[in-house]
Amino acid sequence: MVINGIEIEDTFAEAFGMNATRLIITAINPRWARIAGETMTGFATSVIGCGAEAGIEAELAPDQTPDGRPGVSVLLFAMSGKELEKQVERRVGQCVLTCPSTACFAGMTSEKPVPLGKNLRYFGDGWQSSKQIDGRRYWRVPVMDGEFLCEETTARTSAVGGGNFLVLARGLPEALAACEHAVAAIRRRPNVLLPFPGGIARSGSKVGSKYKALMASTNDAYCPTLRGLVKSQLDADIGAVLEIVINGLTEADVREATRIGLETICALGPESGVVRISAGNYGGKLGQYHFHLREIIG
Amino acid sequence: MTALTLQLLAPPSPRIDLSAFTPDGLAGQSADEVRRLPLWVGNQQVETGDLFRVTGDDTDAILIRSDSDRLDGIGTGMTRGSIRVEGRAGAYLGRRQRGGAIAVTGDAGPFAGSGMSGGTIRIGGDAGDFLGAAIAGERRGMRGGRIEVLGNAGDRVGDHQRRGQILINGNAGDYCGSRMVAGTILVLGRTGINTGLAMRRGTLLLTAEPNLPPTFNDNGTQQLAFLALLTRDLATAGGPFEQLKSRGTRVRRWLGDLGYGGQGEVLVWG
Repeated sequence: MVINGIEIEDTFAEAFGMNATRLIITAINPRWARIAGETMTGFATSVIGCGAEAGIEAELAPDQTPDGRPGVSVLLFAMSGKELEKQVERRVGQCVLTCPSTACFAGMTSEKPVPLGKNLRYFGDGWQSSKQIDGRRYWRVPVMDGEFLCEETTARTSAVGGGNFLVLARGLPEALAACEHAVAAIRRRPNVLLPFPGGIARSGSKVGSKYKALMASTNDAYCPTLRGLVKSQLDADIGAVLEIVINGLTEADVREATRIGLETICALGPESGVVRISAGNYGGKLGQYHFHLREIIG
Repeated sequence: MTALTLQLLAPPSPRIDLSAFTPDGLAGQSADEVRRLPLWVGNQQVETGDLFRVTGDDTDAILIRSDSDRLDGIGTGMTRGSIRVEGRAGAYLGRRQRGGAIAVTGDAGPFAGSGMSGGTIRIGGDAGDFLGAAIAGERRGMRGGRIEVLGNAGDRVGDHQRRGQILINGNAGDYCGSRMVAGTILVLGRTGINTGLAMRRGTLLLTAEPNLPPTFNDNGTQQLAFLALLTRDLATAGGPFEQLKSRGTRVRRWLGDLGYGGQGEVLVWG
C-alpha cells in the first residue's frame, strides 16, 4: 500500500495491557504548573528502567481545573496497579509537593483508588487537616509557602501501552522533521501519551540479547549502520529510522492516535524524505493488542 | 403521581412525633393506609387521619402543610426522596438523616440536622438552637451532608459537629461551632459571643469579625486554596451561597481553641 508516495508496510504494532491514572496539577500560573508536571514526568520514558511512563497530556485553563487556577493534566502508566501506586506517591511526593504553589487533584474516577494525599499527608507531621468537599476528601498539608492541597486519592484504569510505528526516511533530519509533525498532531488529542523524549524514540528494541542479563537489545534489523551485516529491513535508500510509541487509556485512543500520526506523515509526501512506515511487533505472541497499519489508515 | 400530602387540620397542643413519616417509612403505602397510621397526641393514640388531611400517593415526595412548630422529628433517619414542609417544622428536623432532601419554607425548631450524616436540609426561615449539634448523651453532632439556613440560627450551631457543612445566610447565636471536631460552618451574617469555644478542628467561615474566646491566636492573613474548592461546591447550593467564589481565597485566620489542640480555624473574609 502506497499513500501519497509513502509506502505503508503490511505489518502491525503490538501493544500491552497497562494501568494508568491521570492527575491534575494546578499552580499560581501556567509556568509553574508546567514545571511541576514536567518534573514529575521526567525520567518516565519506559517502564523497563523508569517504573512508569508519564507525560503531560494537556495544559488546562483555569475554568478546567478544580481550584480555578491554571494547570496541567498528567498521564502516568505502569505495568501493575501496585507499581502505579508506588510511582504516583514517589513522583507527587518528590516533584509536586516540593514545587512552589502547586496543588494536586485526581484526574479520573473509577472504582480502583490510587493513594495520593492519603500517605503524603504525613509530611504535615500532625498539622495536616482534611476537608471533605462534594464527597471528595482533600488534605491540607502546611508547607513553607502556605498549604499543599492534595486530593486523598486518584483512580486508575486499565490502559494500553506500546502502540507504535516506525518512520523510515532518507536521513535523520527528514525522519525527525516528519516525526515532529506527527507528534504535534497526536498530542492535540486527549487520553494519549507519547512517553519518549519529544514523543520520539531512536532506540527501538527487539526482545532478547546475546547478553544473558539483558531482556531487550537494539533492533538491529532497523539500524542503518548494520545494513549488510545483519538481516536488515532497510533498503539502500533509507538512512534513519525513528519510532513513535503511543500509550492510550483505551485501545481506541491508541488506534486513533496511530491513524493521526500516519495521516500526518503521509500528507507530507515523498518530498519530506520519508520512504516507508512500518511498526514494531514481537510476532503477535506477547501483546494482547494488535494495530495493523493498513487497516488503520485504510 | 402527586406528592403524598399531609395537611394539618388544627394546631395540636402537645408535641407530635412525625419521625415515621419519611419516604423510607411510608414506602408502598396508600393515602388510606397512611391515614390509619397511629400517632400519639399526649398520652392518647389517634389515627393520622384525625390530625391531617392526607392526599396524594407519591411517598418519595412528601409534602407537609403546617403552621405549627410542634411537629417534631420530620425526616428522621430518611435515606432518600424528599420532604417539603410548607410552613414551620418542630424540633429534631432531619434527625439522623442519611440522604434525600428536606426543605422547610418557614422556621425550624431546635436540633435540626442533629446526628445527620448525609443529604440536605434547607430551612427558608430561621433555625432554632443546636443546629446540627449533638443531643444530650450523644458524642457527635452532624456527621455529613449539608444544612442551609436562609434566615438566622440560634445558639450552639454545630456543637460537637464531626463533618458536613452548615451554611447560614443570616446571623448565628452564641457559641457557634463550640466543641466542634471537624466540618465547616459558614455564617454570612454576624456571630454571637464565644464563637468556636472548645473547638478541636474544623472551619468556621465568617464575613464579620467574630467575638472569640481568649484561647484563639491570630494566624494573620492567609491564602487558602481549599476555599476555591469550597466556594465552587457551595455554588450548587444556590441562593445566597452561590456567589461566594468572588470573595476569593484570602482570609484573616485565627487558630484555636488552644485549650483543645488549636487545630480549629476561624476564617474571616475581608
